[in-house]
Amino acid sequence: MSLLKSREAILALAILALLGLIASRFPSFVSPRSLARVLTDTSPLILLALGQMAVILTKCIDLSVAANLALCGMVAALLNGAGVPLPLILLAVIALGAALGAFNGVLVWKLGIPSIVVTLGTMTIYRGTIFLLTGGAWVNAHQMSAAFKAFPRTVIAGLPVMAWIAVAVTAGFALLMTRTPLGRAFYAAGGNPHAAVYTGISVGRTQFLAFVLAGALAGLTGYLWVARYAVAYVDIAGGFELDVVAACVIGGIAIAGGAGTVAGCVMGALFLGIIKNALPVVGISPFWQMAISGSAILIAIAFNAASRREPGRIILKKAEARQLQEAGQ
Amino acid sequence: MSPHDSRLPDHPTTAGRHIPDRLTSPAARALKSWEALLLVVAIAIFIMNAMASPWFLDPWSLSDATFNFTEKAMIAFAMAMLIVAGEIDLSVGAIIALASTVMGVAMSAGAPVPVLVLLGLGTGLACGAFNGLLVARFGLPSIVVTIGTMSLFRGISYIVLGDGAFTGYPAGFAWFGQGYVFWVVTVELVIFALAALAFGILLHRTNFGRMVYAIGNNATAARFSGIRVDRIRFILFLLTGLMSGVAAICLTSRLGSTRPSIASGFELEVVTIVVLGGVSILGGSGTIPGVVLAALVMGLVTFGLGLMNVPGIVMSIVVGALLIGVIALPRLLAMARGR
Repeated sequence: MSLLKSREAILALAILALLGLIASRFPSFVSPRSLARVLTDTSPLILLALGQMAVILTKCIDLSVAANLALCGMVAALLNGAGVPLPLILLAVIALGAALGAFNGVLVWKLGIPSIVVTLGTMTIYRGTIFLLTGGAWVNAHQMSAAFKAFPRTVIAGLPVMAWIAVAVTAGFALLMTRTPLGRAFYAAGGNPHAAVYTGISVGRTQFLAFVLAGALAGLTGYLWVARYAVAYVDIAGGFELDVVAACVIGGIAIAGGAGTVAGCVMGALFLGIIKNALPVVGISPFWQMAISGSAILIAIAFNAASRREPGRIILKKAEARQLQEAGQ
Repeated sequence: MSPHDSRLPDHPTTAGRHIPDRLTSPAARALKSWEALLLVVAIAIFIMNAMASPWFLDPWSLSDATFNFTEKAMIAFAMAMLIVAGEIDLSVGAIIALASTVMGVAMSAGAPVPVLVLLGLGTGLACGAFNGLLVARFGLPSIVVTIGTMSLFRGISYIVLGDGAFTGYPAGFAWFGQGYVFWVVTVELVIFALAALAFGILLHRTNFGRMVYAIGNNATAARFSGIRVDRIRFILFLLTGLMSGVAAICLTSRLGSTRPSIASGFELEVVTIVVLGGVSILGGSGTIPGVVLAALVMGLVTFGLGLMNVPGIVMSIVVGALLIGVIALPRLLAMARGR
């Protein structure tokens, strides 16, 4: 565990160093108001990364979260247009998101299809469904009610509701992962599926629940996204699934499953969020962001691999080398 | 076990495998194969298309239809070998974007056509080598590596191009994507056929091909039997990068322009062709003829939908559903039979 703890410490130091570097040239970036804005901007990423974390812990991956977000966001905007009250919209998008996640989960659980194939497919299906719903039309700010747009921006104790939701979900996840049987099951199912089965954990069911959780969070984030940016169309959050996976990988969630913490995951998201918000401040074109995310993913996995337990085939390599050595002597 | 294997490996059953007294004849086996099914599906879609639209059976129209799959299928052959070996490359679309951008930069600097082609192929090879190095040399899981390089490669295109585009490729360059070898046979179709032949021979008629299957079925056993697993994995990534470079030349030549969003979503369609072609996503089995037939099926489906004025995004729903359906169907049937 000390290794894992040091991982989070390294990430925290990296974030502080990053902030320090930006602050040395642009001190206004680290003012409380600016940092609050960064947190608010990063809230969707934090919410999706937490859901993705549950999925990755169980040795799966969900590439459909951004499409799920976009579909739920569009449905929220359409329901709003039909005059449905906000609490019902919230319930509806969470339920829809969970259902879309459950569809992924069932295919993985009951049919044993690799999650990457399932979610690569549903990614295009969910996004295509938005087109089928709207014929490609946009829902613009003037077509949304004031209450619908105001909710995520309402400021309570210095932070908008959107950021508070991210904080609350983070706290909830910390409890879920460390204090509940389901949280332990996520780790067990990914860490050692065989052992998990022998201890009475259904690996498939656990994976299913992880997808449902990720889907529900994507649904909720869909509403927040559409309400905050006050626009809904087919391509919102296009490619966002890559940022989400990047946040998890940077946060030290092992892609092979079974290892990672909520703190790491949130810090991974914040790291990307700070870079994204700092680019325009520092005066670098936003077109750099994609390449920076990609490099961050690669550096993070290389780093994860270096601190990871050595897998079987490396041992084999050593034995091979020793045999060769002995043969040579 | 491959890193993207999310299933529990099956426990060995006590009943043992059923070993028949007599092997079924090769002809009977061929009839029951996945490839035979694909052939039937392809012919059925062909006939349906011919009935749905009077313009479909025109040779020029059919020639246009081949553009729907040739570029993707070129990559699909290399991707098939990669997936047979238990790896995957999700960065192929991004490699096309980067290769196309490099060619665009060179074109702006006044480079002649042969240099453009060499740069396109070279960029593909370099990207493939980068993926291969990270996966084979450093032992990182190929899914995450290629998700990372997917952002990196396309990200570099965005840095170079921003929201701009390269246009004005020299007239000689148009030959690759718009030229005809004779009558209605396009240059791309010939490249597709040659690639099919080359990869078919490589996978089914050489030691290298046998080693690819061996790695996909059991990488540890393959290593113990003296196969240089990492070297072969590296070569497979190299081949995928090279074919992405070839596809980049064809696509850039056909469109006559480069934007950073070029070939986005290609990875999905390439993987779909491979899986539709009967290659197991878990590695270890699949054939190149299957991939050829799957490419034809995909091309016919998208062209048929195009004839019916179905928009592109709806076609992508069909592709996504096809990907899941093709894998789900045999498993559903097996489950139904098991009960």
